[in-house]
Amino acid sequence: MIPAEFDYDVAESGDHALQLLEQHGDEAKLLAGGHSLLPLMKLRLATPSMLIDIGRLNDMSYVRDDGDALAIGALTRHEDVEGSDVLEQHCAIVAHTAGEIGDLQVRHFGTIGGSLAHGDPASDLPTVMLALDAQMVLRSSSGERTVGANEFFTGLFETALGPTELLTEIRVPKLTGGWSYQKFHHRAQDWAIVGVAAVQSNGGASVALTNMGEVPLRASGVEQALTSGSDAATAAQEAAQNTSPPSDPFGSADYRRDLARVLTRRALQEAMGR
Amino acid sequence: MAQVADQAQKFVGGGILRKEDPELLTGAARFIDDMSIPGMLWVSFVRSPFAHATINSVDTSRAASMPGVRAVYSGADLADEWADGLPCAWPVTEDIKTPKHWPIAQDKARFAGDAVAVVVAETRPQALDAAETVDVDYEPLDVVVDMEAALADGATKVHDEFENNSSYVWNLDVGEVEQVFNDAAVVVKERYYHPRLIPNAIEPRGVICQPNPAQGEYTLYSATQIPHILKVTLALTLGLPEQKLRVVAPDVGGGFGSKLNVYAEEATCLALGRKLGVPLKWIETRSEGYLATIHGRDVIQDMEVAADENGKIAGVRANLLADMGAYLQLVTPGIPILGAFLYHGVYDAQAYSFTCTGVFTNKTPTDAYRGAGRPEATYAVERIMDALARRVGKDPVEIRRLNFLAPFDEAREVVTGLSFDSGNYDASLDKALDMFGYDDLRAEQQRRREAGDTKQLGIGVSTYIEMCGLAPSQVLASLRYVAGGWEAATIRCHPTGKVTVITGTSPHGQGHVTAWSQIVADELGVDFEDIEVLHGDTAISPLGMDSYGSRSLSVGGVALHYAAEKVVTKARTIAAHELEVSEEDLEYSGGTFSVKGAPDKSKTIPEIAFSAWTAHNLPEGTEPGLEETHVFDPPNFTFPSGAHLCAVEVDTETGMTNIVKYVAVDDCGKAINPTIIEGQVHGGIAQGIAEAMYEEAVYDENGVLMTSSMSNYRVPSAAELPTFEIDRTETPSTTNPLGVKGIGEAGTIASPPAVVNATIDALAPLGIDHIDMPVSPERVWAAIKNAGGSTVDARGAETTGAGSGTGSADAPGGGT
Repeated sequence: MIPAEFDYDVAESGDHALQLLEQHGDEAKLLAGGHSLLPLMKLRLATPSMLIDIGRLNDMSYVRDDGDALAIGALTRHEDVEGSDVLEQHCAIVAHTAGEIGDLQVRHFGTIGGSLAHGDPASDLPTVMLALDAQMVLRSSSGERTVGANEFFTGLFETALGPTELLTEIRVPKLTGGWSYQKFHHRAQDWAIVGVAAVQSNGGASVALTNMGEVPLRASGVEQALTSGSDAATAAQEAAQNTSPPSDPFGSADYRRDLARVLTRRALQEAMGR
Repeated sequence: MAQVADQAQKFVGGGILRKEDPELLTGAARFIDDMSIPGMLWVSFVRSPFAHATINSVDTSRAASMPGVRAVYSGADLADEWADGLPCAWPVTEDIKTPKHWPIAQDKARFAGDAVAVVVAETRPQALDAAETVDVDYEPLDVVVDMEAALADGATKVHDEFENNSSYVWNLDVGEVEQVFNDAAVVVKERYYHPRLIPNAIEPRGVICQPNPAQGEYTLYSATQIPHILKVTLALTLGLPEQKLRVVAPDVGGGFGSKLNVYAEEATCLALGRKLGVPLKWIETRSEGYLATIHGRDVIQDMEVAADENGKIAGVRANLLADMGAYLQLVTPGIPILGAFLYHGVYDAQAYSFTCTGVFTNKTPTDAYRGAGRPEATYAVERIMDALARRVGKDPVEIRRLNFLAPFDEAREVVTGLSFDSGNYDASLDKALDMFGYDDLRAEQQRRREAGDTKQLGIGVSTYIEMCGLAPSQVLASLRYVAGGWEAATIRCHPTGKVTVITGTSPHGQGHVTAWSQIVADELGVDFEDIEVLHGDTAISPLGMDSYGSRSLSVGGVALHYAAEKVVTKARTIAAHELEVSEEDLEYSGGTFSVKGAPDKSKTIPEIAFSAWTAHNLPEGTEPGLEETHVFDPPNFTFPSGAHLCAVEVDTETGMTNIVKYVAVDDCGKAINPTIIEGQVHGGIAQGIAEAMYEEAVYDENGVLMTSSMSNYRVPSAAELPTFEIDRTETPSTTNPLGVKGIGEAGTIASPPAVVNATIDALAPLGIDHIDMPVSPERVWAAIKNAGGSTVDARGAETTGAGSGTGSADAPGGGT
């Protein structure tokens, strides 16, 4: 309820944020929408001694058509992602999934970059980014690098972001085929017990899973089955292959494996019918 | 004298908006956490992370040196503060084992969350920071979590001073039970587990203690349902002269029974106020409340019914294990007893047996939670009625009609010896079936079954009864409850024509101020807006038994009615004197006395209040002033009833269950305010659906609460709930002249079996006849798996394992 004591500074620009990160190193945490970090701090499960508030860097809130791809500023709120016409037209799975996150209050504060950088395998957007082969743009004082979603999520609450790096932009492709995100949860505001993203591609689909392991996972068994000509229902049987889902009060690992199969079939059927 | 209530009713029965709401909706209300007293310090508790551990030592030295810290005490440090342990007011049997319950544990911690030390500091963060530095040397002990394991030979004991973990065995046998069961053509026996629940009032608990050392007086502000009971019991626990203690319940944000208790934190803040002589405040955090505020339910029920081959019931037998948790709080042992008389529901029976064993475990103590004992009884009865229907091949509606007690409008005795006040169970069921479209839904269910739809439809029926209006004091005596069940009300008519009502009930969201104003406005002909209702402060309303168990209207509201009658009686004497006629020559209506045959000669209650105040011309022997108090001890309980119908859609692949239609027809007797009733019914059903489908407090084998916050203790929101279609029937109670019964708990009592019966009904073709609450998606999925698969096997979607997957070519495309 009451966090442990911490210092707080407001980043006036992206450069200033990087400068503050350099200055405070591991002790610091970036604060964007605060809807992942602050609950942990209130329960004293996270006790950073320094918070760098990047929530006011409005120039990092945008969705742009960059020709071949779409560029989303890391500080774009879920609400703005959900309402983006550009995304709706060219990559609607991202807009749709942003609208499935938490509740209204969370969507008004939470940011796409914050959600991805948190590295929670129960979050929806990382799975969608994985299915889309999205690119993450990371900046530090020594320059900029781009990391694919398949390399970005490295472990439970861990990402490829270095301690002095800032996630600035997410680049997603323009879609020409169907898509689906099947989020299975008991209450509207809950995390996914299991989620499945499917994006139609030439002769098959990219499929990724939420909450089926320590990181979002590609369902490569399903993808291969589709490529070799299986129909959706048959391919979906491979959905739980090479996964390691958790057992918790929301669901056992067995239940999650079965859900993954059912939801994958539904996602594929929807993606191919869309 | 009951005519008063039947006279011209301008306000009673109308859905008047609540007087309370403007201040609540604009943030102007004053809850404990809005209050501050100059010089006030903050209190924080150190709680055991172990469910069972010996406290070897408590080192407070580091905490004492933290910034802003004024004092740190262990349980041993405060041992001399207590004249007695925290009270249990309901020792249900003569030989019940009641452990000493010190507010701060002294020798052992007996549940995770048991307070072991307390910190006083200048600010709240300082108190919380310092509490983290208190060094407690624990020696963890074996833990008992499961009730049946706790009762096994050689089980670890929660309390060493007792021979085992059984607190009590309470029994009621009526008729030839054994013989009835031996002779019965049909006996159905099932076991139901009623989950442990966390109450979750919107406002957490909180306490402010304000000592006045010069006078030796104390004011305790607490977010409580029971200021009056607190005053008596805390005086005894602390050895404090009761006349020196004032307890105030300010605006209180809900309780559901969780604030019907005498808590360690209240006693400790009072003791610290006495010890330190300064004002102190403690506010519970939500996650702290999950450990330290009482839980509800947690009962294993073995339920049996004996019937003939048609399903006509002859006898019922219920055998309960009820989890007390680690200590007996205020009415912990009595909760199952509140349901003990209702295991035959609204059905006739000749033989009846009820036994309950109270069991100690290393968990948070249980106590009253909305419905208290009656949801358990109703759940067992309504579940077994469906089981009986399946056994004898009848529709759930038909089996109930067959067994209903016939309509009665005079009190009638039932098998347990209780006397039901009035009832018409067919009337509410008829209305509910009509609103529900029962036959159409059954047809749709049949269609989906034949088509093998992924989403199957289920229909659940619950025709419940409950028992409210706690309580006739002599009955409480026979049940070994230590206090009375009366309620008090005072009406003070001011010389300016305004009225103050003082009630002993203690509202915390119910709307008493509005409902009490309606009653008085009609009975005294005073404007609704001219009535002020005072409550929740023992200095203002010295007499009271507070609010719980749907008692406030049927006991406190009735006390108010009788006080109004006394006012009218006295006013009649004065009016007759002033009008120079005999009392018999006066007619009374809508607050005005008029002379029969000469209606222009009249006096109103406000006019008489002025005369009574000036006292210039009062009849011989009449005291000045117009103020009356009545204390009402009800002659019987009240028995609200009704019919709830629920339709669910079950996704047989994922187990996801959604309510698609919910109809409730409740009979709470005469309605004072239909809008308030609707609110109570909506909230009650929501809480019952939460119990049936979402919520469960889960402990691991070490006694650690796994569902430790709202992120994993699943309180549903409006997004999960259907539209409730509700209506009422009115069968006036014969227990009181207002004809009222009570509605505060009905929704919570009625709805869980309606939802669970519907879920099981959806899956009945798979041979599924049991799923425990909450019917979460995984529970439903597991039941389908155990039954051998889903109804959609033909589509190949559910078949797993190498070589399977045939039939998938038929899978329909398109998704959703």
